[in-house]
Amino acid sequence: MMSLLLSKYKTVKEEEVKVWFKAASVNAFPKDGGACVKYKDLQIAVFNFSRLNKWFACQNLSPEKEEMVLSRGMIGDSNGIPKVACPLHKKTFSLKTGENLNGHLNAIATYPVKIEEENVYIGFSE
Amino acid sequence: MQTVIVIGNGMVGYKFCEKFVAQSKNKDFKIIVFGEEPRPAYDRVHLSEFFENQDAKALEMAPSEWYAENNIDLVVGERVSDIHRNTKTIITAKNRVFNYDYLVLATGSSAFVPPIKGVEKEGVFVYRTIEDLEGMLAYAAKLKAENSNAKAAVLGGGLLGLEAGKAVMDMGLEPHIVEFAPKLMPRQLDSRSSQVLQLKLESIGLNIHLSKATNQILGDEGCITGMEFGEDDVLDVDMLVVSAGIRPRDELGKTCGLEMGVRGGIVVDNKMQTSDKAIFAIGEVALYNQMIYGLVAPGYDMAEVAVNQIIGNEEKIMPDDIDMSTKLKLIGVDVASFGEPFMPASKGHSIIFENKTQYLYKRINVSLDGKTLLGGILVGDASDYSMLHQIYLNGMKIPEDPSQLILPASDGGAAFGDVMDLPDEAQVCSCESVTKGQICGIIESGEAKDLADVVSCTKAGTGCGGCKPMVADLTNATLKSLGIEVKDSICEHFDYNRQDLYKIVQVKGYKTFNEVLDNHGNGGHGCELCKPLIASLMATINADTANKEYAIQDSNDRYLANIQRNGTYSVVPRVPGGEITPDKLIALGQIAKKYDLYTKVTGGVRIDLFGATLNQLPLIWKELISHGFESGHAYGKSLRTVKTCVGSTWCRYGMDESVSFGIELENRYRGIRAPHKIKGGVSGCIRECAEARGKDFGLIAVDGGWNLYLGGNGGANPRHAELFAEQIDNETVIKYIDRYLMLYMRTAKPLQRTAAWQERLEGGLDYLKEVIIDDKLGIVEDLENEMQTLVNKFECEWTQAVNDPEVMKRFNHFVNSDDEDDNIVFVPMRDQKMPEPWSN
Ligand code: SRM
Ligand SMILES: Cc1cc2nc3c(=O)[nH]c(=O)nc-3n(C[C@H](O)[C@H](O)[C@H](O)COP(=O)(O)OP(=O)(O)OC[C@H]3O[C@@H](n4cnc5c(N)ncnc54)[C@H](O)[C@@H]3O)c2cc1C
Ligand code: SF4
Ligand code: FES
Repeated sequence: MMSLLLSKYKTVKEEEVKVWFKAASVNAFPKDGGACVKYKDLQIAVFNFSRLNKWFACQNLSPEKEEMVLSRGMIGDSNGIPKVACPLHKKTFSLKTGENLNGHLNAIATYPVKIEEENVYIGFSE
Repeated sequence: MQTVIVIGNGMVGYKFCEKFVAQSKNKDFKIIVFGEEPRPAYDRVHLSEFFENQDAKALEMAPSEWYAENNIDLVVGERVSDIHRNTKTIITAKNRVFNYDYLVLATGSSAFVPPIKGVEKEGVFVYRTIEDLEGMLAYAAKLKAENSNAKAAVLGGGLLGLEAGKAVMDMGLEPHIVEFAPKLMPRQLDSRSSQVLQLKLESIGLNIHLSKATNQILGDEGCITGMEFGEDDVLDVDMLVVSAGIRPRDELGKTCGLEMGVRGGIVVDNKMQTSDKAIFAIGEVALYNQMIYGLVAPGYDMAEVAVNQIIGNEEKIMPDDIDMSTKLKLIGVDVASFGEPFMPASKGHSIIFENKTQYLYKRINVSLDGKTLLGGILVGDASDYSMLHQIYLNGMKIPEDPSQLILPASDGGAAFGDVMDLPDEAQVCSCESVTKGQICGIIESGEAKDLADVVSCTKAGTGCGGCKPMVADLTNATLKSLGIEVKDSICEHFDYNRQDLYKIVQVKGYKTFNEVLDNHGNGGHGCELCKPLIASLMATINADTANKEYAIQDSNDRYLANIQRNGTYSVVPRVPGGEITPDKLIALGQIAKKYDLYTKVTGGVRIDLFGATLNQLPLIWKELISHGFESGHAYGKSLRTVKTCVGSTWCRYGMDESVSFGIELENRYRGIRAPHKIKGGVSGCIRECAEARGKDFGLIAVDGGWNLYLGGNGGANPRHAELFAEQIDNETVIKYIDRYLMLYMRTAKPLQRTAAWQERLEGGLDYLKEVIIDDKLGIVEDLENEMQTLVNKFECEWTQAVNDPEVMKRFNHFVNSDDEDDNIVFVPMRDQKMPEPWSN
């Protein structure tokens, strides 16, 4: 059974985006690291993967113990898959698909990101 | 569909289920298992580990879901009380009735309690189940609260008794072993080896009483107070563990009229069938060849045979000869015996090596023609056990001069060939019946890629664990023979180990993670293993703080605080040596009160303030810094605390000023980053109130200076620090610790404490002395200079942080709002608060 909190986070595909939310300027995010963005009652972890020249966004909620911590996790890759490691117990999740790479937890929700004029936008479907 | 009922969910009963599922796929059978204990089967062999963590789950053979997933009905906490063979039914203590087609008795055994007057007294225990251990722990805690010198005895100096002796010693009670025979482990050891073992055990603090027949257990108000052996021969004890052998739990067999052994046990044939063909008996309840085998390996073989018989493979039967070789675990000394440990001179020759000063004894028995190994005994060093045991089991050829098998090799090489010389049929893991061929086979076929795969595919090493080193050797050797390099590289992004990377960063003078990754990595982008590792190397080599390149720091270092269960943080200011002024204490109290932080004195003798949100961290630290505090680095792989006792400053026994010296050392090494955390201790005299010998470096004041101990550790594998130098002055202490820590920082593996590093260091303590004291490698000057640079460049990273607006931004929970995390919930606890418990 999924908790109420977890059920608020659902993956949004690029083509489903209805709202591009302007989160902050690109400088607000550390290189090869993340920070957390507030959108309505959601907490979204946004990562500036500068080595890949890519941005990723996912729920800030670690699905294991349901704490708001993923944005503080370390990013990197595992066999080419970009990932984030939860700071609490080092469970790792693909930043592309949200899949748990070193365990059997449910996948986390991911969101599209775009950069326009040095600003970071996150895509939501509502 | 036929029904198989298994009575007893112990190790062997469980193994029966596991093998049954694997071999029958459990299609045409329904299995129902009854266990009297309140929990599913657990690993009794490793029962003593329960004292370490009290984690019953960790001992489980399989979680209870496993049974359901495999279509097995598991009923725990319900004893079977009767068998009606004519109707093929069983009845449980709850009066429930079940039909069976096949019945498997795996009821094991119980501890034998001799009928001594007074054994029913409180404080007398047996050593068989988790509940027994829980009872002992609770009783020992009660005793110690009343009397710190409480004593416990173990009745029985056999295999299990010694294990129990070590357990009561670890509980902090004064341990005594009482044995009826004139020697310890009478069934496995000859008298000389038994004496060597006794000397060794006495040297680690066990008191041993041989040739003692206990007449009576003494006590008042129903509690044990002593044991009486004869007139005027009394041992005062506050607790007793009876370990005088086992008795098969054969009561069901008796009442339903199965054929029984004269001294108990249910008689079985080589198919594990009892006198009733529909009823099987396996494990410690079964009497096979007139014997009860009190070991798991034969029990597992019996389970295998019974499974095969029931599913119709009638050719699978129990061998005539059963290997009773054993390796004792957990008592802090190696003991093993295999094959025929005692042998009459008419059957062969014995070769004996004994060195009492080192508590070493080795004996092997070889055939009269000198060609085969018949058995042997090892005390003090059983590292050759696996190989000798294999040579014995497989009848392998032995060297012309068999003494080479046990004499310390002069050229460092082993006298016998390597593991790869074993025949394919050699049974490497006897608990799980895994052969060398199977292990090599799954690696060659690509099914297993490393040791973890081998263990999970074959289960080798998951029983008594004695074969683990050999399984590892075989795995590595097979991988090597396939041209696969067995690397100790730090992660998939680098082909180097930490020591290599240390040299690379030092020589090339790299300053950022990306430089190292781009020039020496495998083309990936780093991960949670290599990033903090390289951050730590740069900190050691360049004296960087964690504020530099914060995205590669471990997440605690990134926020200069320890993350807690609910994503809040703890704050631990440095309190060097544990000395603190009343004003500073008041300041801590006021700050904690202002931010509503949970407050506790830590095991490292300082004060931890818990429950700070990310946003609050810099505010709290600004206030702490204004009161003269600095970072305590509780979050870093760096120096934590130097624990001190009050020493000669106040204490009437103090030989030196342990507080002053502790403060000096803590301030000297604060902030330096290492492969793992570092802790120190300074005690003012040999009473050792600072527990210095449990620390990475420890000092004890003695007449004429300090004794320096190195490589101690608490944690899951406690280890006493080793005496490195005696009666040295303050200056020499600092010189040696500088050199020691720097050498450790240069060469240890990631996350390896000094204890583990020192233990694996080739040449051990003697080598360390040669390098650090005699300067055999000519590096001590470099080591000292490197350390001095780190000491000189120290800067408090929290002071750095609060003075830099850029760094301060890091502590906002949101980049686009000043709100705090609204998901954090605290609940009240005693007079403070705690995070809401996790729901899963
Ligand atoms: C707070 C404290 C418990 C307490 O409330 O008393 C504590 C808390 C933690 N310890 Fe500890 N240890 C604390 C004293 C100890 C001690 C006692 C001591 O220092 O004398 C030991 C045994 C001594 C030793 O280290 O050898 C100890 C041995 C460990 C170990 C095992 C280390 C080992 O080598 O096996 C770990 C696990 C690890 O580091 O991998 C650990 C890990 C931890 C962690 C980091 C677990 C975690 O990842 O969250 C905890 C950090 C919580 C936090 O926010 O501070 N803690 N820990 C103590 C802080 C002392 C301080 O002032 O800095
Ligand atoms: C501390 C300790 C250390 C040991 N170390 C080693 C070692 O190093 N190497 C080694 O080879 N062996 C060792 N042993 C022995 C090993 O644990 C046993 O050989 C093994 O557990 C026997 O398994 P079993 O299933 O036959 O019996 P058990 O594990 O005793 O299981 C029998 C189960 O049946 C239950 N039962 C009994 N009657 C009924 C009934 N009527 N209805 C329902 N349930 C019933 C019991 O409650 C019990 O749970 C050790 C034992 C102990 C206690
Ligand atoms: S503080 Fe240490 S011993 Fe206590 S729960 Fe945490 S890690 Fe375990
Ligand atoms: S809470 Fe994230 S991995 Fe445990």
